[in-house]
Amino acid sequence: MHRIAVRGIAIAACLALAVTTAACSDEAPSSGGGSTANVPGVTDTEITFGTHQPLTGPASAGYSKISPATKAYFDYVNAAGGVYGRKIKYLVEDDGYNPANTQTLVRKLVLEDKVFAILNGLGTPTHTGVLDFIKSQNVPDLFVASGSRSWNQPDKYPTTFGYQPDYTVEGKIMADYVKKTYPGQVVCHLGQDDDFGRDSLAGVERVFGASGVKEKQKYVTSMTTLAPQIGAFKTAGCQVIISGTIPGFTARGLGAAAQLGYKPQWVVSSVGADNLTLSGLLGANKGLLEGLISVGYLPIAVDESNPWIQLYKKINASNNGNAPFDNNIVYGMTVGYLTVQALLKAGKNLTREGLVKAIESGGFKNAAAGPYRFSKTDHSGIGGMQMGKISGGVQAAFGPVYETDDGDGAVKEYTEAATAPPSNGIPTDTAVK
Amino acid sequence: MEFFILVTIDGISRGMIYAAFALALVLIWRAARVVNFAQGAMAVVTSYAAYKIADATDSYVLGFAVAVVFGLLLGAAVERGLMRFVGHANPLNDVIIALGLALFLTSVIGMIFGGEYQPANQPFDTKAMEAGGVSWMTHYDLFIWGTVAAVVVLLGLLFTRTAVGLRMRAAAFAPEVSRLLGVSVGRMLTLGWALAAAVGAVAGVLILPTESGLHPHAMDIAFASAFTGAVVGGLDSPVGSVVGGIMVGLVLSYVSGYIAPSVTPIAVLVVLLAVLLVRPGGIFSSVRARAV
Amino acid sequence: MTTTDRPQPSVQAKEAQPGGLSPLRRMTSGLTARQPGGSGSTLLRHLVWVLVGAVIVYFVSYGIEPFRNYQFATVAAYLCVTVGLTMLTGLNGQLSLGHSAFMAVGAYTVALLQNEFSDRNILGNWTLLVSLPLGVLAAALAGALIGVCAARLRGPYLAGVTLAVALVVPAFTTYFSSVFNADQGLSVYVEPAPAALGPYFPPERWQAWIAILCAMITLLLVANLIRSRFGRSFKAVRDDEIAAKLSGIHVARTQILAFVVSAACAGIGGGVIAVITQNVSPSVFGLTLSLNLLLAIVLGGLGSMFGAVWGALLLVFLPYLTTQMTRDVELSPSLSRNLEGNLPLALFGLILIIMMLLAPTGIQGAFRKLGMIIRRRMSRPRRSEAN
Repeated sequence: MHRIAVRGIAIAACLALAVTTAACSDEAPSSGGGSTANVPGVTDTEITFGTHQPLTGPASAGYSKISPATKAYFDYVNAAGGVYGRKIKYLVEDDGYNPANTQTLVRKLVLEDKVFAILNGLGTPTHTGVLDFIKSQNVPDLFVASGSRSWNQPDKYPTTFGYQPDYTVEGKIMADYVKKTYPGQVVCHLGQDDDFGRDSLAGVERVFGASGVKEKQKYVTSMTTLAPQIGAFKTAGCQVIISGTIPGFTARGLGAAAQLGYKPQWVVSSVGADNLTLSGLLGANKGLLEGLISVGYLPIAVDESNPWIQLYKKINASNNGNAPFDNNIVYGMTVGYLTVQALLKAGKNLTREGLVKAIESGGFKNAAAGPYRFSKTDHSGIGGMQMGKISGGVQAAFGPVYETDDGDGAVKEYTEAATAPPSNGIPTDTAVK
Repeated sequence: MEFFILVTIDGISRGMIYAAFALALVLIWRAARVVNFAQGAMAVVTSYAAYKIADATDSYVLGFAVAVVFGLLLGAAVERGLMRFVGHANPLNDVIIALGLALFLTSVIGMIFGGEYQPANQPFDTKAMEAGGVSWMTHYDLFIWGTVAAVVVLLGLLFTRTAVGLRMRAAAFAPEVSRLLGVSVGRMLTLGWALAAAVGAVAGVLILPTESGLHPHAMDIAFASAFTGAVVGGLDSPVGSVVGGIMVGLVLSYVSGYIAPSVTPIAVLVVLLAVLLVRPGGIFSSVRARAV
Repeated sequence: MTTTDRPQPSVQAKEAQPGGLSPLRRMTSGLTARQPGGSGSTLLRHLVWVLVGAVIVYFVSYGIEPFRNYQFATVAAYLCVTVGLTMLTGLNGQLSLGHSAFMAVGAYTVALLQNEFSDRNILGNWTLLVSLPLGVLAAALAGALIGVCAARLRGPYLAGVTLAVALVVPAFTTYFSSVFNADQGLSVYVEPAPAALGPYFPPERWQAWIAILCAMITLLLVANLIRSRFGRSFKAVRDDEIAAKLSGIHVARTQILAFVVSAACAGIGGGVIAVITQNVSPSVFGLTLSLNLLLAIVLGGLGSMFGAVWGALLLVFLPYLTTQMTRDVELSPSLSRNLEGNLPLALFGLILIIMMLLAPTGIQGAFRKLGMIIRRRMSRPRRSEAN
């Protein structure tokens, strides 16, 4: 009797829960594959983008500032009337860098929130997991925030586009610079034990050959110290260390080297070379950063003379609550700018296919150093980078912009002049005919 | 040879910190039979307090002292305000509440200070001392060893030589009898939590300069390693926690240096299984005549 | 009496037939459980439950939209695991923090097999009938391995070993990166829904059906196991190990069996996750997942099948609800910078603490208490009459 009562209540509660959850959801979609008149996420007044970002969790340092910056840029454009009269809405979901959460959140964005496109999804392991789903739903997947080469597969994932130079391009450019500037010195490589480090090493080896790199060391993010790795470098007599490291481990590497009284020349990937972040990590030891060479593809946040930085700072003050200005904000706003360029090119009659075609038409020019390589056969993104150096505590770019591909192509100089931002900070790209 | 020394010293230093953390876990286990899954988060909270004060006043010592005091208060508050009310129908309830508390504390720190890495500076020069041309240990390593040793000795003296220590041990070992003899068991429990949180705070302050910096999730991995160390040494034995912590630190360092950093978890599991297969209660567990 | 000597009023009332028990009853008494007030075979009873559940699910899945179907599919996947874990921890008293690793074993096995099938151009939905059971088998083997090593361990020592097991998954996938593709993981080839269901049949509904079918089968098998003598020996060892040993129960074998069964359940849960997300990667199956599973079974109600259901529902819907609640709060950029992401988590932590304080025996325990209160109210007039 008691058991039946309990069971009865439990079943009733189960059913009630199921029915209420069902009732809470929106009405079932039409059984069609999607009518052409109604583009999901686009109305006469609004375009909705969605993204997944690590706003919390161990990977949130730095990255959590990108999406607010992009949103700030969209708010700036919305205040001026939006794109063809439509305001841009940006839904940011926090996946904590856990791919399981990304699966759920991207499905929520596409199926429940019905976004027009996914924009700037961050993370290689997180975003790789949702590629198939995004493809099956035919959702544009713009400007993935990661340097993996997986986003450049136009045959397999026709709606996915990368954004930043991939790690192999970076490795090649860093290695080429080292070869020219430090000829004959012993070169070694430090990399994260995943795609990031591996692709970086592959790029370096394309220039030096596998035997040209004397010592190769790896680390995983769960490690707490790089002392063994740096010790191995010192024993091998490395004079130049090319590294594919995240900021925390660049800092740890510098610290471990100082501990051992060892002073190699560091050449660091764009991922882990931001002066402001590194100074914050090293604190009183930020003197160790002196002479660090980095490579980058966006204007450096402290470069007050750059017109793009001036524009971004202005928008940061007015629409981003005057957040501490660093390279993450430059990144976020450039992504926003590029998105608006793409929307303008897609025209007033905005459809998902139209947006993809607009991006593939290429020819985008904005704050980024090198050319955007978007085309029908290339979905990779920015193809050029510039070297930078930290001297006197200030990080500044120097030298020409180099460009290359992730294959056997040589590293060349990119000679086109940098573009200046429009006076009101809103792009004027015209629609693709 | 230099590499071996480097790796060994590094392993012992890390191990000492894990030992301190493990000691905090053992203290609470002995007092309340609970594994404090919120220990990492609590250490993060006290460390933020320590380093913010140290930055503001330029005094590491003051920051350190603040961490210890804040740890005592936090531990007492958690026990009095939360753990006391947990129903003991089920030993797992404490674990769930601790997990919920850890999540809450981490998020609140994130809300107040943001997710950026904040600087956590060592009080000493980072250059290692040399002996015969070989880089030996840094001053900071010595400081870690000394501090943890001091903590262990102080706690040992507290428990064995003082009246309070005797009362705490009695309250943990036989609560009903102790109550009859006039020991305030509840107060001893609170004191146990307070001490454990203070020890955890010390460990947190020590470990942070060697990590990437202050971050809400800075202690996650350290907690897992410390828990493993406590299990290896035996959760009932303070000496065991120190030995276990150092063992884990050394294993992690050797495997990372000589084999590959990615396989360190496998090595830890192997060591754990090897120890527990021989002594299911940890190395320093007391032998129980339970065989039937 | 065939069971115990303790007076059980309702059983006596039912069994007071002339001549004692029928021969059929006597023969099957070892196989079926004797419930006060229960009658008939357990298997049949549970089968009826499952069929009713299946019918409900079929109709509900047509009425809800694709994302909800996906959420229910994930609930079903977690249900497979929580059922095994609640049996292991609640009924057998073994605390395991490593079930995410067994899920990973099941998931990666299914992934590798499905990709192998598709590489050899062997297509069709029936391949799942091969991959999923093999995933279960692989997880069961892993469970046997760990279970044998951990059979003598109790309490926090077992927790420590299983915690180390949970942390080993990324190490394996990185070390054998040629097979497991390290951190990036593998994509899993899964055949789309059969054409017979219609060209506009949403894939999420098909995935939900697969997931819920697996969950139902797991529930059925585990519920039956619990009611059998194995289930009783689990509880006996949990309650008093020495008494159980003296009664002739082989303690180590019981512990290992419980561990293996729960690992197999985790294996199928992981396999289902691989199928519905079409992707496996090591960070999905980390320590956080293990801790979340623990949360789920305790909050749902330790040791009960219904508790496992509540736990799985909580695991999926509580984070969803906390995020939805905080999303509509429009904040200025400077505030939202720190609050976004952190606020729902803080809320989640707070809800955990409050739920544990208010309902220490979990949701199912709270329902049970409610049931007892109702029963007392209903039987009160009768009692006063008897007195």
